[in-house]
Amino acid sequence: MNTVIETRDLRKTFGATVALDGLDLTVPEGEVHGFLGPNGSGKSTTIRILLGLTRPDSGHTSLFGGDPWADATELHRRVAYVPGDVALWPNLTGGEVIDVLSRLRGGIDEGRRADLIERFELDPRKKSRSYSKGNRQKVALIAALASDAPLLILDEPTSGLDPLMERVFQDELRAARSRGHSVLLSSHILSEVEHACERVSIVRAGRIVESGTLADLRHLSRSTVHAVVRSPVAQDISQWAGVSDVLVDGGRTEVRFSVDAPHVGDAVSRLDRLGLTSLTCEPASLEDLFLAHYSAPPEGVPVA
Amino acid sequence: MSTLTGTGTLLHLAWRRDRVLIPVSLLALTALSVGSAQATIDLYPTDEAARNGLGSVLTNPSVVAMYGPVAATNRDALSVFKTVLMGAVFVGLLAYAVVRRHTRLEEEVGRLELVGAGVVGRRAPLTAAMTLAALAVVGASLLTTIGLIAVGLDATGSVAMGVAWMIAGLAMVGVTAVAAQLTTSARACAGIALSALAAMFVLRAIGDTARGSVAVISWVSPLGWASKVSAYGGNRFWVLGLAVALAVALVALAFSLLDRRDLGAGLVAARPGPARAKDGLGTPLVLVWHLARPAALGWLAAFVILGAVLGGLVGSVADMASDQSVVDMLKALGGSAGSITDIFLATELAFVAVAAAAAGISLALRLASEERAGRGEPVLATATSRNAWLGAHALPAFALPAALLLALGLVVALVSGGQDEAPGTVSMLAASASRLPAVAVLVAVALLASAALPIRAPAIGWGALAVAFALGEFGATVGLPDWLVKVSPFAHAPQLPGGNFSPTSAIVLCAVAALLTGLAFSAYRRRDAA
Repeated sequence: MNTVIETRDLRKTFGATVALDGLDLTVPEGEVHGFLGPNGSGKSTTIRILLGLTRPDSGHTSLFGGDPWADATELHRRVAYVPGDVALWPNLTGGEVIDVLSRLRGGIDEGRRADLIERFELDPRKKSRSYSKGNRQKVALIAALASDAPLLILDEPTSGLDPLMERVFQDELRAARSRGHSVLLSSHILSEVEHACERVSIVRAGRIVESGTLADLRHLSRSTVHAVVRSPVAQDISQWAGVSDVLVDGGRTEVRFSVDAPHVGDAVSRLDRLGLTSLTCEPASLEDLFLAHYSAPPEGVPVA
Repeated sequence: MSTLTGTGTLLHLAWRRDRVLIPVSLLALTALSVGSAQATIDLYPTDEAARNGLGSVLTNPSVVAMYGPVAATNRDALSVFKTVLMGAVFVGLLAYAVVRRHTRLEEEVGRLELVGAGVVGRRAPLTAAMTLAALAVVGASLLTTIGLIAVGLDATGSVAMGVAWMIAGLAMVGVTAVAAQLTTSARACAGIALSALAAMFVLRAIGDTARGSVAVISWVSPLGWASKVSAYGGNRFWVLGLAVALAVALVALAFSLLDRRDLGAGLVAARPGPARAKDGLGTPLVLVWHLARPAALGWLAAFVILGAVLGGLVGSVADMASDQSVVDMLKALGGSAGSITDIFLATELAFVAVAAAAAGISLALRLASEERAGRGEPVLATATSRNAWLGAHALPAFALPAALLLALGLVVALVSGGQDEAPGTVSMLAASASRLPAVAVLVAVALLASAALPIRAPAIGWGALAVAFALGEFGATVGLPDWLVKVSPFAHAPQLPGGNFSPTSAIVLCAVAALLTGLAFSAYRRRDAA
């Protein structure tokens, strides 16, 4: 499979601030890739390097096999971009902005343009000055989604959308994927990424700390177990392999703990011997993964 | 909660944001009036010397049109003749800039909404902005009064000079406060307020130069009032009452408009626009032109009107030809050899070239303002190259001043056509075109600043124009060394019509402009987009 986006050991500093600290990111063709991280972790800097707007201090970047800095103009015919903070020309209407941006990029699917304007409930005759943040985002999203660009780069595209419009956006992401297009979706809205993305990369302080399918990442992390048993549990439950965060109720028949993925079976069979009456075992949510990576200070990286 | 709650806090905030702009402007304005007065009294230490040296010159209509009538033919009045009206215009511009900055501009970018949600009365932001602007105006007046007394000018007259500036400043506080209520766009607010200032200037220029009953027209214009104070002459302090009355009326109007409208809205409701972009609107150049067109057409209208006024004055200028001292004065102001009409037009073209450069600079700076507003990034993320985006700004930035100067030259030639002394169409167009190389250098400076240092670009672009204008206009008067005056591109522009055209100067200026433009392209390709 072809690789659409590839960066290796990307580094960029702005004065004393280290924005990117050896970032490796790979997105194969046809994949919807979640790019997760809190504000200031380097997501937007990475995207701006991929778009040839910013030049990295060192490291390798390729977009469709080309150099985003040197071949920016040619590559941009194949990329549609939605910035995180959408600024529009105040005296142009939304419809005009959609047309201008698409024409500058190299064309638009007319049918899809009309369809998207209707589904996103955008009034294209209003001047951009009067649009709310969500409506400005819709303008940029429609211009991007109505294009036939094989790569969509979306930088927190839904932060101003309401839940209904968020759903429309999710549908459109699926449609883009079924057309075989690739998507890099930067976000800190975890449910959005969980719904839409096949693989995610979690970025922290300018480097990728975790990358893989959601299933892979869950496998790496801990599940939460809640069990009710007939015989009281012994004190040594926190000594069981892989178990931590134990909470036991007063009667010692209800227990809650988290357990490493490889030890789930072991823990459940021990509980079974105590006479299980109820058991729930939840895999880690993306939120847990995310918080796990962010609750401790990063190793070897000075906290800014 | 009163409608004025929070005014004090907002005033403090506004001062914090303007703590460089206002003091620097006040010092520059004071230096302008005091420096110019000092230079004049060094040359002409007595009333008689001043009267003999300057007196008769200053009744010339082209001088009066630009600087206003002279209050009296004593030394002190003559020593401020250049700065009464010019300074009043600058004080008016400062008042406009401060009011607009803290009202409509804040409202358009949405910061006023953040402020408005706090414990802030409805009228507080406008009140704070007007208060700060009025304080700046009073400060400029006080400083110049003190400075002029310090260099030995008559105390009463010096107070009157300050009053003249105060009149223009207070009037512009009121005008801008109303303009800020009318439309939703800060640019349109600028257009309305600056057009009002230009109208004030043109009305008083007509009134001051007209004979007979038409002269009353000067009394319609607050800039006319500034001259009517007659500092160091009649010292008519009561004229300030007119300005205060006007300002109070305008402020009351602004408040009543403000009370009737929603935050962020204007009095003129936004109409729905087209749902689709016009067919051609899909290249960088067409986009830039589409965005800049309203401003460009405004400039063009102003230049056509100015051309008509100058063309109309050509006839009355010829009447003054008998007076040799007039010819000498005009030569000193930037004219050259040739007939009196030629000298008059060459002098006026020197001023017009500065305005044309301002038009070009404002277009060149759009590259940087688009980038700072975050609108450059989505364009550069399309198949638009850096060269194409910069070029789309460079082309109109150079073309607009050229179009403006040629349009003005053509209108002057058409309006003055048939008068004995008037230059022909071809020589008038050539005279206009001869200013272009100097203008191009300043546009190229602004372009390079936009391309290389987008955050500092406005300061560099406008600063370069201010320095070039000040060196060209006042450098020789204040007695600066020749090499320093020659730093200004305007010092190298030929004094046409009538004077000699130096191809070498033109070629050198064009080469400098081309070099700076080349550097702009090179710098823009290399740096990170912000």
